[in-house]
Amino acid sequence: MHWVGAYAMFCMIFSGWQIYNASPSLPVTVPNWMTLGGWLAGGIAWHISAMWLLVADGVAYLIYGVVTGHFRRTFGRPSLRDVVRETGLALQFKLPHTTGVYNSVQRLLYWFVLVAAVLAVITGLSIWKPVQLGFMTDLFGGYAIARLIHLGLMVAIVGFVVVHLVLVALFPRTLVSMVVSTPSGEEHR
Amino acid sequence: MKQVFDPAGVRSELRSLQRRGLIRGGLSLGSLALLTGCDLGTETGVNAALWKSMSLNDRVQAWLFNPKRMATQFTEADITKPYRFNAFYEDWQVQPVPTGWQLEVGGRVADKTPWSVEKLRTLPQEGQITRHVCIEGWSQIGQWSGVPLSTFLARVGADTKAPFVTFKCFDGYSTSIDMASALQAQTILALDFLGKPLTPEWGAPVRLRIPVKLGFKSAKSIASIEVADRLEKKGGYWEDQGYNWFSGS
Repeated sequence: MHWVGAYAMFCMIFSGWQIYNASPSLPVTVPNWMTLGGWLAGGIAWHISAMWLLVADGVAYLIYGVVTGHFRRTFGRPSLRDVVRETGLALQFKLPHTTGVYNSVQRLLYWFVLVAAVLAVITGLSIWKPVQLGFMTDLFGGYAIARLIHLGLMVAIVGFVVVHLVLVALFPRTLVSMVVSTPSGEEHR
Repeated sequence: MKQVFDPAGVRSELRSLQRRGLIRGGLSLGSLALLTGCDLGTETGVNAALWKSMSLNDRVQAWLFNPKRMATQFTEADITKPYRFNAFYEDWQVQPVPTGWQLEVGGRVADKTPWSVEKLRTLPQEGQITRHVCIEGWSQIGQWSGVPLSTFLARVGADTKAPFVTFKCFDGYSTSIDMASALQAQTILALDFLGKPLTPEWGAPVRLRIPVKLGFKSAKSIASIEVADRLEKKGGYWEDQGYNWFSGS
């Protein structure tokens, strides 16, 4: 599920940048080689194709997370004190990582990206269908604002992905544990 | 005794296999970058899959379409000023209305008599202040009034069981829409923009204004309207190049 979602998110982000370039709201554009689709129409084709994959994978994951207790068990509810303490440790690269156990900072970030992804889908649907799904568009203050929020959520998700990938690069063993089963509780720094 | 089975050896062998898998994964991720060439320019390989996914998408959009849902109406104070010019050509290429222009009507209609602007003004008129959303993402609020397309289609005796209404413009543009969207109450053949008769830059003498679709469907400077059973190529100037056909809002 993670890899299907990652692939779908990859397509959404890179084709989204293609669409963004057609009418940039910020004073920056994305270099064309970093985008998917070649031009606006191709970008949109990718975006509305990968959308189904992302939503299907996301819904399956949410059901799995709730039904199996995965969210409750591994994500828990991070306490503010732990988050502050562990963020400090993490920034000094002193936070121990135990395979299979998420620390408070991780939990907070995973909640953060989960909520951001869900909101990105909802804002995305409201700018895709501002008439048919107008009640959703109005919820975000209309088309123009919903579009900016959608953009902001993209930035948030990309920010998460960058941190996520840097951490995986620092602790490549965690990647192995995603593919083959490894003993839980192995601590590494 | 010589040890036949060496767990450490197996483990390192496994690791290197996994590493090879990662490299392969990395390579396929790299090959994804090559997909940036997949721009709907052809109809083979990944492009074929994209076209297919878009036609599936069109069916979902048609299913989702509810003619009773109206585009939000705004007030005069909300109108975007200055209103941005946009077309498939530059503003200095705007064409004047050809002399002797008349709106041609064709396809599955009972009465194919062409229409003048004066005659169109004798039909009931509707006004709207709605948001024009461009496929590029930007949007602006404008004011149009004219003849509801449903009124016009009824008047010319159109067979509304036909699936498409297509538009050809004297500036070389063309587009097409589904019948359900054509009959939606806010879809109008606009004759006025911001309370004044259309000028060439805003699509004189008559243009389509359809707030339930993206901006490129609101064809300017219409020469002919046809009630059609099928589309030419992919259905229009932009559609032929890959813009999503339904493009409903």
